[in-house]
Amino acid sequence: MPTVTYELPDGSVHEVDVPCGQSVMDGSVRNNLAGIVAECGGSCSCATCHVYVDAGLFDEVSDEERELLEFAEGVRPESRLSCQLIVGEGCGGVRVRVPDTNGL
Amino acid sequence: MSPRVVVVGGGHAGTTLAALLRQGGHRGEIIMFGDEVDFPYHRPPLSKKFVDGELEQWLRPAPFYTEQRIDVRLGERVSSIDRADRRVHASSPCPYDVLVLATGARPRDLPVPGVTVGGVVSLRTLEDARALRKHLTADRRVVIIGGGYIGLEVAAAARANGVEVTIVEREQRVLARVASEELSAILASYHRERGTTIITGAQVRRLTSRDGQVRAVVLDDGTAIPCDVVVVGVGAVPRDELAVAAGLDCDQGIVVDGSARTSDSAVFAIGDVTRRPVPGVDGLMRLESIPSATEQARQVSAAILGAEAPAPEVPWFWSDQFDLKLKIAGVVVPGCHVVRRGEPASGRFALLHHDDAGAVTAVETANAPGEFMAAKKLLRSGHAHSHL
Repeated sequence: MPTVTYELPDGSVHEVDVPCGQSVMDGSVRNNLAGIVAECGGSCSCATCHVYVDAGLFDEVSDEERELLEFAEGVRPESRLSCQLIVGEGCGGVRVRVPDTNGL
Repeated sequence: MSPRVVVVGGGHAGTTLAALLRQGGHRGEIIMFGDEVDFPYHRPPLSKKFVDGELEQWLRPAPFYTEQRIDVRLGERVSSIDRADRRVHASSPCPYDVLVLATGARPRDLPVPGVTVGGVVSLRTLEDARALRKHLTADRRVVIIGGGYIGLEVAAAARANGVEVTIVEREQRVLARVASEELSAILASYHRERGTTIITGAQVRRLTSRDGQVRAVVLDDGTAIPCDVVVVGVGAVPRDELAVAAGLDCDQGIVVDGSARTSDSAVFAIGDVTRRPVPGVDGLMRLESIPSATEQARQVSAAILGAEAPAPEVPWFWSDQFDLKLKIAGVVVPGCHVVRRGEPASGRFALLHHDDAGAVTAVETANAPGEFMAAKKLLRSGHAHSHL
């Protein structure tokens, strides 16, 4: 199972094993990590699961996700919605940073 | 000492609060009563995916509650609150330091003859959705009473799966109390073009049945609409009975302040059961939405943990109908000016509401998440100014 490292708004760091096929959001919700609110449960509706992650390991950004992120608080080039980051075999060791602006 | 928190209600609001308390380092006991037997689940998918989608989307996996030391009492109903002694009565008395009422809402009854027969359902719980799924196969005809968001979502999902659908709405348009005339008209066309019959300005007089199964919906003008299934979606009423009986301030919903506190400082209320202040709106209102439940859970969590109160949020919600992903932010009020961007026929548009002074008051969007996010940001800065 790939390990995903979450860096939270308070500076704490958590390593979580996330089963392949689940999302980075799932791994956070499952372990009650702060910062990823995930109100809509992963349907790319609410934009409350914003994270920063280096490009390359995950599927391309869809138009819908891009638009949601465009006006999100604290948006950066490496911004993604973690419900759209599906963990695969090649994702082990990935590190995501959670901004403190989700849900605003 | 870390207070003992008792939550009544195992929906989105209660579950979110329990999780937030543990995230924030709360060490005291957390006990959550839920009168349903299922673990807490995502409610919005019920009206969107009841035909063939994944119904059972749990808010958290079952082991979560044990690991987080959240004592979930499923299928256990709280019968009364004893505020003087600070305890609730369920199968046994349960003391609290802080009580949080998150009892939600229940479907409003339709007061017409014949509604208690087979094939007549409302949609609020997972159990309701399972029942509806069983009833609603492609060869069936369904009448949906009530053209609100739930009714339209059920209509879209049913129609997309080949069910013959008729919507009966009492008002002159669908979504009469919650959407602009423009959005009502666009959505009505969208549904009609996909084969749904919409009858507005029509009162239901009674339902007829045969062998205990519903056969037709009869309108005030005598029209009988033959059907196999009836979905009643005429709104929801707050489940505030416990609070009323305990003498808390209620007014069709538990009255709370901007910190979700009730008239008793040891008792909070969150989610659909509340009547709450909303930034930029005079008086109190009920906001039946996930974002409102989350916001109030944040308020209570901060209050219990002694953390800084979160900033007020812009009310918003979403709805999925056919291929339209609708997002609405702000409070839609009658008489606002509406500016349209995009072509409704293309399925991608935004309706910006503004007042006489030109300030944006709400936005209704379909498949336009960028427009939605931009307008929501604008609304938030507007509220910030009004607080200066």
